[in-house]
Amino acid sequence: MYRKYYQPELETMPVEEIKKLQDEKLVKQVKHIYDNVKYYRDLMDKSGVKPEDIKGVDDLHKLPFLKKDDLREAYPYGLLAVDMKDCVRIHSTSGTTGKRVVAFYTQKDVDMWEECCARAIVAAGGNEDDVCQVCYGYGLFTGGAGLHGGSHKVGCLTLPMSSGNTQRQIQFMMDLDATILCCTPSYAAYLGESLKEGGYKPEDNKLKAGIFGAEPWTEEMRRDIEKALGIKAYDIYGLTELSGPGVAFECESQSGMHINEDHFIAEIIDPNTGEVLPLGTKGELVFTSLDKEAFPMLRYRTRDICVLTREKCSCGRTFLKMTKPMGRSDDMMIIRGVNVFPSQIETVLLNNGYAPNYQIILDRVNNSDTFDINVEMSTEDFSDTPKVITTKEKKLQDAMKAMLGINPKIHLVAPKTIPRSEGKAVRLIDNRRRYGITT
Amino acid sequence: MAVKQISIFVENKEGKLVTITDSIANAGIDIRAMSVADTQDFGIFRLIVTDPEKAKEALESSGCFVSITKVVGVSIPDEPGSLAKVVNILARYNINIEYMYAFITVSKKFASVVLRVADNEQAEKILEENGIRLLTEKDIEAI
Repeated sequence: MYRKYYQPELETMPVEEIKKLQDEKLVKQVKHIYDNVKYYRDLMDKSGVKPEDIKGVDDLHKLPFLKKDDLREAYPYGLLAVDMKDCVRIHSTSGTTGKRVVAFYTQKDVDMWEECCARAIVAAGGNEDDVCQVCYGYGLFTGGAGLHGGSHKVGCLTLPMSSGNTQRQIQFMMDLDATILCCTPSYAAYLGESLKEGGYKPEDNKLKAGIFGAEPWTEEMRRDIEKALGIKAYDIYGLTELSGPGVAFECESQSGMHINEDHFIAEIIDPNTGEVLPLGTKGELVFTSLDKEAFPMLRYRTRDICVLTREKCSCGRTFLKMTKPMGRSDDMMIIRGVNVFPSQIETVLLNNGYAPNYQIILDRVNNSDTFDINVEMSTEDFSDTPKVITTKEKKLQDAMKAMLGINPKIHLVAPKTIPRSEGKAVRLIDNRRRYGITT
Repeated sequence: MAVKQISIFVENKEGKLVTITDSIANAGIDIRAMSVADTQDFGIFRLIVTDPEKAKEALESSGCFVSITKVVGVSIPDEPGSLAKVVNILARYNINIEYMYAFITVSKKFASVVLRVADNEQAEKILEENGIRLLTEKDIEAI
């Protein structure tokens, strides 16, 4: 049976009804939090807000923000809103930017999350006759568990591959005719390269769609992956703090991700003043959960910079859409006083015919920042004379300078020599930290 | 006619050269001649070997970045003025030499010179017409 939506009555709900549903749910969620979480109660009391002041979405702005630092401070049980006996699982963030965050789930929380992922899979064309290869990491990371659960809910044959072991991934993909691939975009690109090396053409696999998320990627990268694997590539967004992947997902129009508004309220704020900005304005994305039991979130600041829009979508879904995050305050590097985002570097690489296999190395010499980028060459880039390579390096350096405003030193290196972590790509080595410099 | 040269990309890092020499040695391949071009970051190691295809395979399987480049090989008498003669011929026809390296063999009274030019066929034709003996893959194996 072909389905266009996983839960049509919710996904295509008229906008006014979404608002009404959110109003009702928000009142309950705020009361649940105030009654059960001392940390929140103190925050709200300090801002002079009582649960009865919140009568609907229009009152949301009265609530204080919750920041990542709050989550760290409240670690591990400080934000838990139910008895431990009602919790069935935890997941955790990677902890790369500081202390880990541990999120708790009741069975209802897990079901809600998996339904969100199921919506994403159906939006990517998934149905019960599909074979869904999940090569996000399984374990504390939410990627594997979320898409795995979503795939079950849709009724796909689920291949619980987890990350890594590329040869085995390829073998299962080909032997079991996987039709949907779920992984990080950098791993999808890597699988594409590995298939090519193994002598496979894009049409040799049965894949039709890929659901890629958990790290920043660009439109250029999307086109490259689509070409290399012969698929349509869909974006998915989420945070462990809110559940995991599936908070927002892309539909066939590939023009931004629909936010599951029956479960989450999204706001855009000015990251400096905290002021709520109108739809269509670039700012920091803030989420409020509506149905969560164990680990509810009120106005959680994601630090992702994006734009929200509510336009009629050709897919028929009424949920508002967020753009791909344009940068993240945690990812942003300050190099010689200039803000640099990895996504800018990826764009330059792709525009100049390089695969996005790179590593940024920052250091400090004589009190000034050094900025080096190692970039992998392809076989066509290699020649027997150094001049050919140094000329290419210079050209790429000029293109970087034009995009970033500062001059990196480009080093072309041999293919497959930059260490790949098969979960999240490690793109940055910041040796300046040795000198106590943090950005 | 041209001779196949193995070009290997070598990052300026410890242990890189060992990987190359070991994998060639383990494959039982003889190096006839070599030259290195280097920059601050990397070098390009160029080799003339007995079996270029096998060498490429062995190097690639140990993770080296390799390409095969066709170069012109000439055999000249091991005596003063021989190399000058070759270079003069090429200069006369405005053929630019990107790089060159030479090796001599003890038993025979000949030296071999590897020349990298833009157009191999043109250079070979001119050299042959001017009485210079060209090296073939077979010659390399027989050295």
